[in-house]
Amino acid sequence: MSVSAEPQAAPPVQEHAGEHRDYAGAKLGMWLFIFSELILFGGLFVAYGMYRSMHAHEFHKASGELNLTLGVINTLVLLTSSLTMVLSIVAIRLQRKLQSMFFLAGTMLLGTVFLVNKFFEWMAKFHHGIYPGSEHMMARPPGERLFFGLYFGMTGLHGLHVTIGVVLMSVMLVFLARDRIRHDDFIKLENTGLYWHLVDVIWIFLLPLFYLAA
Amino acid sequence: MSHITQQKAEAPHIVGYATFVKVWIALVLLTGLLVGLSVTHRPNLALLGLLVITPTKASLVLFYFMHLKYESAALKYMVTAAIAALIIFIGLTFSDFLFR
Amino acid sequence: MSTAVHAPAGEASFYARKGIASWLLTTDHKRISILYLAAMMTFFLVGMTLGVFMRLEQLTMGPTIMKPTTYNALFTLHGVIMIFLFVIPGLAASFGNFFLPIMIGAKDVAFPRLNLLSWYLFMTGATIALSSLFTGSGPPDTGWSFYVPYSVKTGTNVTLAVLGAFTIGFSSILTGLNFITTIHRLRTTGMNWMRMPLFPWALYATSWVQVLATPILGITLLLVVLERVFHLGIFDPSIGGDPILYQHLFWTYSHPAVYIMILPAMGAISEIIPTFAHRTIFGYRAIVLSSMGIAALGSLVWAHHMFTSGMSEFSIIIFSLLTFLVAIPSAIKVFNWVATLYKGSVELRPPMLFALAFVFLFSIGGLTGLFQGALAVNVHIHDTYFIVGHFHYVMFGGTGFAFFAALHYWYPKMFGRMYSERVATVAFVPTFIGFNLLYFTFLVMGLQGMPRRYYDHLPRFHAGHLHATIGSWILVAGLLLMIGNLVRGLFRKATIPANPWGGVTLEWTVPSPPPTENFAVLPVISEPPYTFNPVAKEPA
Repeated sequence: MSVSAEPQAAPPVQEHAGEHRDYAGAKLGMWLFIFSELILFGGLFVAYGMYRSMHAHEFHKASGELNLTLGVINTLVLLTSSLTMVLSIVAIRLQRKLQSMFFLAGTMLLGTVFLVNKFFEWMAKFHHGIYPGSEHMMARPPGERLFFGLYFGMTGLHGLHVTIGVVLMSVMLVFLARDRIRHDDFIKLENTGLYWHLVDVIWIFLLPLFYLAA
Repeated sequence: MSHITQQKAEAPHIVGYATFVKVWIALVLLTGLLVGLSVTHRPNLALLGLLVITPTKASLVLFYFMHLKYESAALKYMVTAAIAALIIFIGLTFSDFLFR
Repeated sequence: MSTAVHAPAGEASFYARKGIASWLLTTDHKRISILYLAAMMTFFLVGMTLGVFMRLEQLTMGPTIMKPTTYNALFTLHGVIMIFLFVIPGLAASFGNFFLPIMIGAKDVAFPRLNLLSWYLFMTGATIALSSLFTGSGPPDTGWSFYVPYSVKTGTNVTLAVLGAFTIGFSSILTGLNFITTIHRLRTTGMNWMRMPLFPWALYATSWVQVLATPILGITLLLVVLERVFHLGIFDPSIGGDPILYQHLFWTYSHPAVYIMILPAMGAISEIIPTFAHRTIFGYRAIVLSSMGIAALGSLVWAHHMFTSGMSEFSIIIFSLLTFLVAIPSAIKVFNWVATLYKGSVELRPPMLFALAFVFLFSIGGLTGLFQGALAVNVHIHDTYFIVGHFHYVMFGGTGFAFFAALHYWYPKMFGRMYSERVATVAFVPTFIGFNLLYFTFLVMGLQGMPRRYYDHLPRFHAGHLHATIGSWILVAGLLLMIGNLVRGLFRKATIPANPWGGVTLEWTVPSPPPTENFAVLPVISEPPYTFNPVAKEPA
């Protein structure tokens, strides 16, 4: 293990000053963060599972009001963005910098498209008076209120993660342009990718739970 | 971790574009199947979709896009442990709701 | 234990750089540890003061020095401060940060900048939580557990307190993932898993719980905020939610959190006892496995806080069974510590006194925990002073005393100064006596039926409350003497040898205080830990 603790060429002070070159270590750290994210959403999945088992019929009915087409389109958008993300990493490793930047920009674009879709989807719900605490919602049976409460809570938290992902990628794009991410030092991009795929995995579960529960 | 895993990690395996495009096609097809099953209005099929296809899709992303297939055994154990922790947590909580 | 090369004499200690900025922007794990320590000791004193005021209110019957609502705010803040700002960061953030890298032969943690960020998140969380006192419509009065529906309905400033706890949780996750990565990646040559000292092992187990359990608290508290702000309805029964779900989610984190608090404490005790018994630890492997066992099993017992909540009978039986199982790894540790003392040359110096007190008090805490795992007894003692007594034995008698033990043990290494051992020994006596007078009385009153979280008591509990309050004065006198002695020690000029206690782990091979890079040359490990030299060892 001493290999990573003892930078061969660099003077020891530099290790403190910052740049940490332990590739596997950095990735391990990211994975651990991903575990914690997984558990974070896990708490919401428990809430969903519990209330669905208690109010199966009402969940069914409320799910029918969601826009399935938009849900499926967003799924495809996110899946494709995962592909472009991973291609961006392959490209930089093959030293194709421009291609890598192109794919990364594509991922950002798709992420933004996802958010725009989500925005319109939520707006449409608001117009129908469907939002937590509204009079319309309070007039509905408890199961439907819970469904929409969870819907806004879970897709909202997911949307927040998408937003963070897009911001993160814009930073990575700058790093790529300035050669701070290179074919031999791409862990930042790879960790961003891991995060983005996690966001995708969570959406993979959200699709059937909300849009296909009808 | 031993030096062997370290070396493996320092020079990770490069997977080509084609593999990822194939995985993406599989994911899109599975999504289509999932949606198809749920609009048949047969609850059993829809449930099957939820319990089988969704985890399959997630595993594809995990193993290929997230590169887990090419990672060290230690990391694979950790991922397994984290997912097991989540499942046990869900299971124990359900021991309450389902028998209340 | 190792063939470590001493750092060349005259190498600058990590205190060498001066100025506020050199502290606030440091990425040195040792400095970050000192930052945590300073903050935590401050919070401890604040929390302690709140506790003293509660005891004063209970000295006599009826409202005397405060109104009932003030009392509610006091026990909430006492809990929030002591739990989130003192025992949860606890030994991991303070001593763990300092000694984990040194004990495994590394120059720093894996992510030094993230480490600093964790401290800032911790301080931000603490500031937010404490600002809930002075802003909005009064300090939160829900108890530290923020149970719904009251926490959603109450007009007091729960939102801020909850956001503070959320931020601290985030800090705790980042520290956990930092430590796991450090242990996996930065162990020095020859330091394989079974040569790693027990404090790093305990931190490893703790860190996993931090990473895998804390997010549940995060999402729970976030939902409480969403509930208060947007009326999401997940927990609010008037909208359709189920308050018991809140309790599940809350305890899914908050019970494992007990192990986040106690495991590093156990690790520190496993360091101190061999050093002062001058004998290798008994059952190294068993202690390692029991640490991991406690981390795993301890995460599966949360619903024993909820036996009277109305959850299903089936679930109650499962959780009762699992609760009894946790006693096994905990008992293994106690037996191992006691077996280490057997035929050792025990030196009763201050760190050892606190460590032995830990073993004694933790045993009482653990055993009273078993009472509550038993279903019939649980119904009787639920929400009484028995519970309060039990968790103070575990958290204060356990983690608190281990914290003091570790503080006295590692103090010369961390500061390069020495406190007065005589005063420390004198301070130990009232601390120990006062503690037992205070909290053992709680156990007795609880069995007699004194409910917790009441600002007043019936005449038949008066004698008990009187004893407890007098105990609190003795305890506080001891603590103040102890802390005063430690603070005074900082100003005593002294040259401390690298190894004042005769310890054999790596931290004793570096100068006191250690240089910035810890090791001039990274040590190479060729033996298991706790190998004392034959002269010091008792003949078998």
